[in-house]
Amino acid sequence: MMRMSPLSLDLWWLPRAASLGLLAFVIFGPLGNLLLWAFTEKWYYPHTLPLEYGLSFWSKVFSARGNALESLSNSVLVACLTVLLSLALAVPAGYALARLKLPWRGAILLAFLIPQAFPNLTVYVNIARLFYQIGLNGTILGVVIVHTTHGLVFAVWIATAAFSAVDHELEQAARSIGAGPLRTFFDVTLPLALPGLMASAIFVFLESLDEFTGSYFVGAPDVNMLPLLLYTAGSGGNYQIASITAVLLLIPSIGFMLFVERFLKADVLSRVGH
Amino acid sequence: MTTRLTGLLLVLPALAMVLLFFILPLSASVIGAFEVETGFGLANFVKAFDFYSQDMLFTLVIVCLSTVLIGLLAIAIGGYLTLGENPRAVAILRNLYRWPMFIPFIVVGQVMRTFLAKNGLMNSTLAASGLIDPAQAVSLLDWRGIVIAFVWKQTPFVALLVAGSMASLDRGTIEAARNLGASRLRILVEIVVPQVARTIMVGLILSFVTMMSVLSVPLMINAQSPTMLTADIAFRINAYGDYGTANALGTISLVMSAAAALIYLRMTLRERS
Repeated sequence: MMRMSPLSLDLWWLPRAASLGLLAFVIFGPLGNLLLWAFTEKWYYPHTLPLEYGLSFWSKVFSARGNALESLSNSVLVACLTVLLSLALAVPAGYALARLKLPWRGAILLAFLIPQAFPNLTVYVNIARLFYQIGLNGTILGVVIVHTTHGLVFAVWIATAAFSAVDHELEQAARSIGAGPLRTFFDVTLPLALPGLMASAIFVFLESLDEFTGSYFVGAPDVNMLPLLLYTAGSGGNYQIASITAVLLLIPSIGFMLFVERFLKADVLSRVGH
Repeated sequence: MTTRLTGLLLVLPALAMVLLFFILPLSASVIGAFEVETGFGLANFVKAFDFYSQDMLFTLVIVCLSTVLIGLLAIAIGGYLTLGENPRAVAILRNLYRWPMFIPFIVVGQVMRTFLAKNGLMNSTLAASGLIDPAQAVSLLDWRGIVIAFVWKQTPFVALLVAGSMASLDRGTIEAARNLGASRLRILVEIVVPQVARTIMVGLILSFVTMMSVLSVPLMINAQSPTMLTADIAFRINAYGDYGTANALGTISLVMSAAAALIYLRMTLRERS
């Protein structure tokens, strides 16, 4: 570590503060604008700031006639079911990819990328056609299936990384003192991989909450979800309702963002996709 | 042999999910792209190129430009987090950069639609600080708005991956180069980036294909022509129920993404050999 004189240290704070300040404006400026809209009663050009603030749009959104509550509970329900289904599929798959000798391991890992690696819009259009024939279109289950397929790459890749980050010698030690393979898995491997698995659950949850295209084609108009509510309000020019819905979607996102590094450690991160 | 079989059985349910609910409809869309009234033909593609060749270029330019910007910013952020010598600045940056990461695309679209508008907070801040004349304020809600929205949303994700990968590098070489008098920029470019190149590529390709499939941002920021292929596909279906042309457009964006995936695949294969 080099020692710098106090004077040069002070000078270095100028570019530092300028770039950090610019970054802060770039990140929080747009969010601030959203918050302003969420609490605006009246705002039109050319006024720089809203003319009146208030909560009347909030009570409108949460009134019995507004469909925000239904959209919110649908969104959370779908996201939770998606996490359950994804983990049920990703934990065994991730363990196998990390620990067992698999033929075509690279190809299998890549296969989970396919739902993210190809533009999914036409796929959802065709899924909607297919689901319509078998009665899954416009159902919660239909949306959960679409979201799970889409989020599986995060679930499987992070689960694989989490399992490969677990020290192999600990498992061998458990085996050598007589624990069976299942006991070793549930008592040693799984608890050690748990933070990584939590991270993959968080990614999947947020992917599901974020998902617009699939819900738009498979869910709407029977299954109302928050992103759909935001979109219809925004394209109808009702920026207050759209912004309030956006704030509702932001709360879990930012909450998870603040804690993600507690779950996603560097040793797991560096193994993602390997 | 039995562990191989167990392994395959454990992976199978997840693979089946992808096969049934993605690859199957994907094939349906590719086949549908070639289906015309008289059987199979290229009529859908002819129509797609006639109507939307400008949008294809527009999409490619926007997504490539965004990917490059995301890569540069992610390396800059990861690099400063790894090599930065002022703990306080590093801590501020660490807490700052990842805010947009988990913000849903649909929210990003709404946020940017208000922020970048002619009377949005960006222009009013610039005008209030005297940097621009209020009369000169322009709306950025065109291709620039889409690029800004993409970069804003995707950079933290790639930066998180890159910074994590950089943090697990061996500090010895970095310290050694530092002691020999190499500048931090040179260390970043010549020592750090080559070692995390694979993570950078993984992050960038995931971002590339994500941006290729996002419908909400182009719809909300710039739905008039020229626009991105995703908006065109939604329009063909909602307005005309025209699955043929929509599937042809989908196949074209699929080819673009496949090119990006191929680059990744070739890189991994070269590394293995």
